[in-house]
Amino acid sequence: MPRAQNIPAIRIEGLSKKYFIGKTGRRRDTFREMLMSALSATIRKFNGYRSGPGEEREFWALKGINLEVQPGEVIGVIGRNGAGKSTLLKIVSRITAPTTGRIEIRGRVSSLLEVGTGFHPELTGRENIFLNGAILGMSRQEVRSKFDQIVAFAEVEEFLDTPVKRYSSGMYVRLAFAVAAHLESEILLVDEVLAVGDFEFQKRCLGKMSEVAKRGRTVLFVSHNMVAVRNLCSRAILLQSGKIIEAGSADSIISRYISEQAAKQGAVVDLPPSHDKAVIGQAICLCFYDQAHRPTSYVRIRDSWFISLKFEILKPLSNVVAAVGISTIESVPVITYWSREKDLEPGTYRVEFECNVPLRSNDLTFAVGLSRNGATFYYENNIGRISISEVATSDQPFRSSGSTLLWSTQSSEIQRV
Amino acid sequence: MVHRNHNSHEPLLEPGPVTVIEPRTRWRLLDFKELWAYRELFIVLALRDIKVRYKQTALGALWAILQPLTAMVVFTVIFGRLAKIPSDGYPYAVFVYAGLLPWTFFASAISSSGNSLVGSANLISKVYFPRLIIPFSSLGAHLLDFAISFTILLGLMVYFGVGWTVNLLAIPFLLVMVMAVALGLGTILSTLTVSYRDFRYVVPFLVQTGLFVTPVIYPVSLFPNKWQWVLYLNPMAGLVEGFRAAVFAAPFNTMAIGLSCLIAMLLLIIGVAYFEQVERRFADII
Repeated sequence: MPRAQNIPAIRIEGLSKKYFIGKTGRRRDTFREMLMSALSATIRKFNGYRSGPGEEREFWALKGINLEVQPGEVIGVIGRNGAGKSTLLKIVSRITAPTTGRIEIRGRVSSLLEVGTGFHPELTGRENIFLNGAILGMSRQEVRSKFDQIVAFAEVEEFLDTPVKRYSSGMYVRLAFAVAAHLESEILLVDEVLAVGDFEFQKRCLGKMSEVAKRGRTVLFVSHNMVAVRNLCSRAILLQSGKIIEAGSADSIISRYISEQAAKQGAVVDLPPSHDKAVIGQAICLCFYDQAHRPTSYVRIRDSWFISLKFEILKPLSNVVAAVGISTIESVPVITYWSREKDLEPGTYRVEFECNVPLRSNDLTFAVGLSRNGATFYYENNIGRISISEVATSDQPFRSSGSTLLWSTQSSEIQRV
Repeated sequence: MVHRNHNSHEPLLEPGPVTVIEPRTRWRLLDFKELWAYRELFIVLALRDIKVRYKQTALGALWAILQPLTAMVVFTVIFGRLAKIPSDGYPYAVFVYAGLLPWTFFASAISSSGNSLVGSANLISKVYFPRLIIPFSSLGAHLLDFAISFTILLGLMVYFGVGWTVNLLAIPFLLVMVMAVALGLGTILSTLTVSYRDFRYVVPFLVQTGLFVTPVIYPVSLFPNKWQWVLYLNPMAGLVEGFRAAVFAAPFNTMAIGLSCLIAMLLLIIGVAYFEQVERRFADII
């Protein structure tokens, strides 16, 4: 590819980043500790020792990354937590320096590593737009010329002169994303900004992102949202333990990632126990299984899967019903499963539901409820998260239209564990 | 590698500015061009500090007037009247106020710039910009308070019959030197605070004791002549005396002011050099 007119927008060569993790896992935060360790290091050196084993552990967050991104390319960076995705973006955006290697960047870089960076709660929406714009590298002139667009995108016209500490979290995030999204730069680094806001707003963010991508900007996009990566990116790289283990078309990388995830990730959500004396029963954990009864948090579309709820009962209760509600992460209820009624003695119980309705590809979250004689005594929502992946068993992705509200009473029995 | 958009509507990216990111070199020259490019951020952050300071306060900016006036009254009663500290024959109220003016600015500037980096941890770990802007802008925010206090001083001078003279024109220069001392110490302290939170406790201590080793409430003439040089090792001493000379149209002690300027520049250079040295690791250790 050495073609003269094809100068990459980003060229990364042999990039590594090393962190030190202290022996006790804590940093030498105070001056005294620093003095002590400097002293002991000197003594060791004097005695002819090199730094002792186990003194400080090296940790390579990134190791030997090579990557070329052409102008106008939108590249997805995927991998598990701790794979080095965020470190990579942090180095490219110059927040932290690499240990070895070199990066050449052609063009202005802006990063959306976290929306709302630098927002000040005491300041009004208007003031924060200018503040945030300046922090992200926009000139006052630039912010002023885009001010109306930003406000319209965020839908906060009425609250422009209200301190943002009085904003709802949705408004806050919308405003923050709106400022960032109107940044003009040749290269854009994005880290998980789409994991916020309500469904409508997420759709708009995605729309804005693809608009950005179409306008020929170069984008590095870190996300766990495979649907978003698939829609936005032409290419993707898969990071694992700080190395690029595969680079290629977004589709093939996502497929590989999802199948690895499904194999590895245990999908058990522990629920924090309450120590309130008044508690008569509570959920302990929620687990998800695939057809082969392997724990999973990724379900392939059209496959049926299982939800298992473990709970404890602390007093004898009559007519107990356990329920698990499924909703999309945009809080659209999808379906609720109920167990049969049963009188229960104190103890630990489990109930399992088979989920075999066709759901469209989505991220799902759960609510758990326990009731007796028709009165709810335990309820928790927004528990756990699993993805129905659009990457189906067959090559042809399956889409069912819309989410449907279903009401299902299953004949699941509560069983003593 | 996939090459898209090879056709005519490929965005023609001008081979614009090339940024090279490499491991931290040992010594790096201060990038003035970059600092200048970010001057708007400096102003915006200073304005933010000013706005935030008086948000949700009933008296608002009145505090900027009340604080120095109250301090002046208390000091005049206790040190001027009761303790009978000499004031070289000038009205003690104006005498102490002229000393408090640069000292308060200095004290509040190093207090806030000392904590500024740690206070901006979320910015540092999320966005890139020259970090030096943080301690600098936190000092900038105090310039407004200084301007307000200075206006009061002019009023006090009229009230106590101290005439305005050309000596007052030295104040901008002296202020710049006070800023240099504050910036030098502020960058050193804020950088140290990033790694060692101990220095959070150093700043209040420094401010508290500093008030007494600086001729704010007493004149330098209180010291025997041959020991005055010890006092002048504190760069703020010469500058505070300079402020007074400007207010009372007294001759400037050029030796003392010169020494202060020298120390100020030294502190500033050391501060910025140390800051630059640690800057690129901030995000990792903050």
